[in-house]
Amino acid sequence: MFDIFMLMLSAILIENFIFSKFMGCCPFLGVSEKPDTALGMGCAVTFVMTLASAVTWGVYRYILVPFGLEYLKTIAFILVIAALVQFIEMFLKRFVPALYSALGIFLPLITTNCAVLGAALLNIQNEYSFIESVVYGFSAALGFTLAIVIFAGIRQRLVLANPPKSFSGFPLILIAAGLAAMAFAGFAGLSIS
Amino acid sequence: MKKGFFANHLKDGILYKNPILVQFIGMCPTLATTTSATNALAMGIAVTVVLAFSNLFISLLRKFIPSEVRIAGYIVIISAFVTVVEMVMHAYFVSLYSALGVFIPLIVVNCLILARAEAFASKNPPIPSLWDGICMGLGFTVALTLLGAIREILGAGSIFGFTFLPEIMHVSMLVLPAGAFIALGFLVAGMNKLMSKFAEKKEDGADV
Repeated sequence: MFDIFMLMLSAILIENFIFSKFMGCCPFLGVSEKPDTALGMGCAVTFVMTLASAVTWGVYRYILVPFGLEYLKTIAFILVIAALVQFIEMFLKRFVPALYSALGIFLPLITTNCAVLGAALLNIQNEYSFIESVVYGFSAALGFTLAIVIFAGIRQRLVLANPPKSFSGFPLILIAAGLAAMAFAGFAGLSIS
Repeated sequence: MKKGFFANHLKDGILYKNPILVQFIGMCPTLATTTSATNALAMGIAVTVVLAFSNLFISLLRKFIPSEVRIAGYIVIISAFVTVVEMVMHAYFVSLYSALGVFIPLIVVNCLILARAEAFASKNPPIPSLWDGICMGLGFTVALTLLGAIREILGAGSIFGFTFLPEIMHVSMLVLPAGAFIALGFLVAGMNKLMSKFAEKKEDGADV
């Protein structure tokens, strides 16, 4: 139980996917203009990443390993993720229209979000069990959501700033992200090892 | 084929439409693998190889891939080349392979490759597509190596692993994750300044 808790803590705060592993930077910089959309994106990523971690673990363990096809994991995982995203989209559209209208526009973007494939690959690389994989996928996505929502708040303030001309726009956003990453580096003190 | 296509495209890829410094795509590997110039260069070359070959093959197959499933088709082609690159690196460059780690398979979801496939290779014949892949890949490599070199010189006092500054002059923050964002921010700002200079010069030239 304690191990699982430490795994969650480290995935959310200490090794935050965005601020220390740099996975999922494209949506992080692209869809963080407003806290509402950022939260929507975060929820969609959490949903897909938890499911994808579970499914890719099963695919690797019960299909790729028995046939000695471990080297095909990248192709297999990206196809599984793309199919899963498509399936979730169809399922939500049919059965939970309210959730679909909230998350719908973000779902196609998730296929090319490297956080999802990254979590699936890290689960295999770290040799996690099924439970650990699902927990890791879920909590890494929570860390992603936390980071993107906090950053959307910061960006709303940045709009009002008046920086030098060459810094306006993207450079300023990157520097603000750097400062946020520095704050997150402080969580390194939490790790027990 | 327009005259001067090859030369102009090279200039676009490296300078005017640089994938990282002007278009801001493919950010994850940019931030993650630039802790040293060597890693950055290796990542750049890996992406260039994948981009050139995937562009070539997507362009060859552009009339056979139905447009409804084209994204999935592109991803399969891209991930096949990524797997090839990954296996070659594992066999011949083990230290680089372990330094870049999970970011080699993650080339599959690099927005740059999919963006070029969708915007260029799916509409153009094979040779220009191959050239487009090489140019954009070179622009990516140049920007990555520049950022890697800046971070390595200031953060670890060395370049391509060759140390020349004493430890007291290292700004070790720059090789930490936070430094990646900040260094890239300053690099993009510098690029903006350079581009506005170019724009001014062009306007002056037009007046004369």
